[in-house]
Amino acid sequence: MTVLLVAVGGAVGATLRFLVGHHLDRALPFGTFLVNVVGSFLLGLFTALSLTEPLLALLGTGFCGGLTTYSAFAVQTHTLGRRGALYAAVTVLVSLGACGLGFWVGQA
Amino acid sequence: MTPLPPRLIGAVALGGAVGVVLRYALGELVPDGDGFPWTTFAINVSGAFALALLPALAPVRRSRTLAVALGPGVLGGYTTLSATSEQGRSLLDQGRPALAAAYLLGTLGTALVAVAIAGHWSTAAEQRAIAVEDGDR
Repeated sequence: MTVLLVAVGGAVGATLRFLVGHHLDRALPFGTFLVNVVGSFLLGLFTALSLTEPLLALLGTGFCGGLTTYSAFAVQTHTLGRRGALYAAVTVLVSLGACGLGFWVGQA
Repeated sequence: MTPLPPRLIGAVALGGAVGVVLRYALGELVPDGDGFPWTTFAINVSGAFALALLPALAPVRRSRTLAVALGPGVLGGYTTLSATSEQGRSLLDQGRPALAAAYLLGTLGTALVAVAIAGHWSTAAEQRAIAVEDGDR
């Protein structure tokens, strides 16, 4: 049952990431940056809300996990060359900050 | 920008479900625990390596559907940046900033090395082909 929830959340999250990336990724991958930051915010929020296990499987592991990506982020960083260092640093730090913000909002 | 055929969106949805379930299964099999999140680390590094390797596969270059099913689909769903952020946040919250930094920087550095190694196995032309297949141009 949990596997099914994870799969559904993952399918929706991955599709949303693909659409956002298609519309916003250019020379600089703004779309991928956006989904990674938003997904990190939401996972922080869902963690703080202490969701039930099925809900966390659907929304956390499934949706947020499917929405965000480390593989495309790493390949884009490599492809960007010198600008990659800035892209990587901003993505990691802003995502971490967004996650902390989400957690804080969830606790309030 | 070319409009996205529904066939590609379906391929990403299906691939994404498979990748996310794969990550979930690995997490159940070998839980991350409360120290260095080795399972998520291994998932992200192996997924980045595999994505950089995709252009080297001839069937992937021939089929845009297969390319998006495996790239943004399976590998995008398999890897996660949200879990990595949450693990980093949790380690900071526990007062373990050195471990949090080692984890976040270690994942990034190792994933980039993995991508560079995989890149040696696929030619530059093949990489350009997959960039188009990714649906982001």
